[in-house]
Amino acid sequence: MNNLLKPPRVGRRAFKVWLRNRDTWLKFYRASLVGNLAEPVLFLLAFGLGLSRFITDIDGLPYINYIAPGLMLAAAMNAATFECTFGAYTRMSAQKTYDAIIVTPVSIEEVAAGDILWGASKGFLSAIVILAVLVPWGLAASPWLLLAPLLFLLSGLMFASMSMIVTAFAPSYDYFAYYFSLVVSPMFFFSGVFFPLTSLPAWVRTVSWFMPLTHAVNISRGLATGNVSASLLLDGLWMLVFTLAAGWLAINLIKKRLIK
Amino acid sequence: MNEPVIRASGLRKEYSGLVAVRGIDFEVERGECFGILGPNGAGKTTTMNMVQGYSPLSGGELRVFGLAIEKHPRKIKARMGVVPQENNLDPDLTVGENLRVYARYFDIPKKEGALRADRLLGFVALSEKRDEKIPTLSGGMKRRLLVARALVNDPELIILDEPTTGLDPQARHLIWQKLRGLKKSGATLALTTHNMEEAAALCDRLVIMDHGRILDEGSPRQLLERHVKGSVFEFEAGGERLRELLSCLEGIKQESETAGDTIFIYTDEAEEVLRRTACFSEIGFRHRRATLEDVFLKLTGRELRE
Repeated sequence: MNNLLKPPRVGRRAFKVWLRNRDTWLKFYRASLVGNLAEPVLFLLAFGLGLSRFITDIDGLPYINYIAPGLMLAAAMNAATFECTFGAYTRMSAQKTYDAIIVTPVSIEEVAAGDILWGASKGFLSAIVILAVLVPWGLAASPWLLLAPLLFLLSGLMFASMSMIVTAFAPSYDYFAYYFSLVVSPMFFFSGVFFPLTSLPAWVRTVSWFMPLTHAVNISRGLATGNVSASLLLDGLWMLVFTLAAGWLAINLIKKRLIK
Repeated sequence: MNEPVIRASGLRKEYSGLVAVRGIDFEVERGECFGILGPNGAGKTTTMNMVQGYSPLSGGELRVFGLAIEKHPRKIKARMGVVPQENNLDPDLTVGENLRVYARYFDIPKKEGALRADRLLGFVALSEKRDEKIPTLSGGMKRRLLVARALVNDPELIILDEPTTGLDPQARHLIWQKLRGLKKSGATLALTTHNMEEAAALCDRLVIMDHGRILDEGSPRQLLERHVKGSVFEFEAGGERLRELLSCLEGIKQESETAGDTIFIYTDEAEEVLRRTACFSEIGFRHRRATLEDVFLKLTGRELRE
């Protein structure tokens, strides 16, 4: 237990693990980018255009404008989560890639950190790609969006670290079904992506406050609409603290799982 | 200056109550090929995992290149190459990329890494497979590539965990040839195996391990001389005639052992045995020289493991 609280020792070599993942990704990045883009755009078209005729403006925004900022972050969540559950688990168990790397000067902590960085990069990329569509589409226009890359990066790290904790415990691929249906999907629906949380009972709002995506969506909507307030700093702080704790724990848990 | 490459003293490893290695001592000298022999579950792989810095020690001391493994894992790993028991080549990368990406983990510059990858692919006769995907390789090719990968940092010490298990004789002999070549060029080899032929073909010195302990240590020849006589006769047990045969061997210096349906007779007086058994021609038997396998079975017993 004490070992889990020790600060993980991560050096520059974590980047070598990131590079390994980048090299493999570059082999099929076109397909990957299309995948990143297709799903959120489908959501925008279906919900934004399809539903908006039946839904009044929310907080003064047409429905499609309302959901666009949240969808970017949901995409970041999905990409980082997928990479650090199925992707990382495959490298750790089936392919034994971790085993191969840790007999080199790269440590197990750096392998875990490298995979988290990579998951974060995939999350970042997913969100950026969508932003690149939203801006010319006219769905996001505020100059505050210049801060969006920072938000995407932090969100990527947050969801990647969280997923890595799950991976450290996973006995098989099936185990991820629990995480997706009990954590990821509820976050997708109840973090304020599709409707304001104020329309929900108080207890649901309390639960939502503990969901990382809620805070990321708050900030994202603020940046996209230019409706920025000091409360967003609190959201940012929440994310920062959560990410540090989750990353710390994830790295130590992966180490505990692999080193016997 | 004569610091051994590996020095283990009182080395112990426990996993949640189970003692896998019970305080062993051994040294591996520079430039030798050292083998750890033992049945499955003897503690060989656990010992090697500790040498690789993969598994923390439960007790005792372990120095590699004169450095304590728990204090300097990075420095040690930078000078060591590991051929694992199970294939862990990177299936997302091609044959050549496997080596180049691995070189990067050792901080080898890109250009140098590419040069080494090409040279090593030549060394293990896989140059033509450079751009192939890993799943298309045969078992022998994968193992050769694992050997090449272990050499990418030009290691002083190469650790091999059952390097030829599951390979056909051609592939096995090719690997042995490469390993002997490495030894000639000055590398130190430490390997585990339960293949006695492999131990005899490669090792200058070996230890036989079982149940987490070292049972004996020496060169293959020393172990043979110490534990078994030069010749072995194997008879199928049973029958009155066999009892007669065995009784007429009285007076010959021999050791005999019965295992299942076979009687083993170890002796240095093979010619005398052959002369006396000549009149029992209807009884089939095998006569051969004693091998390390006889030593191994004598020390570790014949009961089935696992």
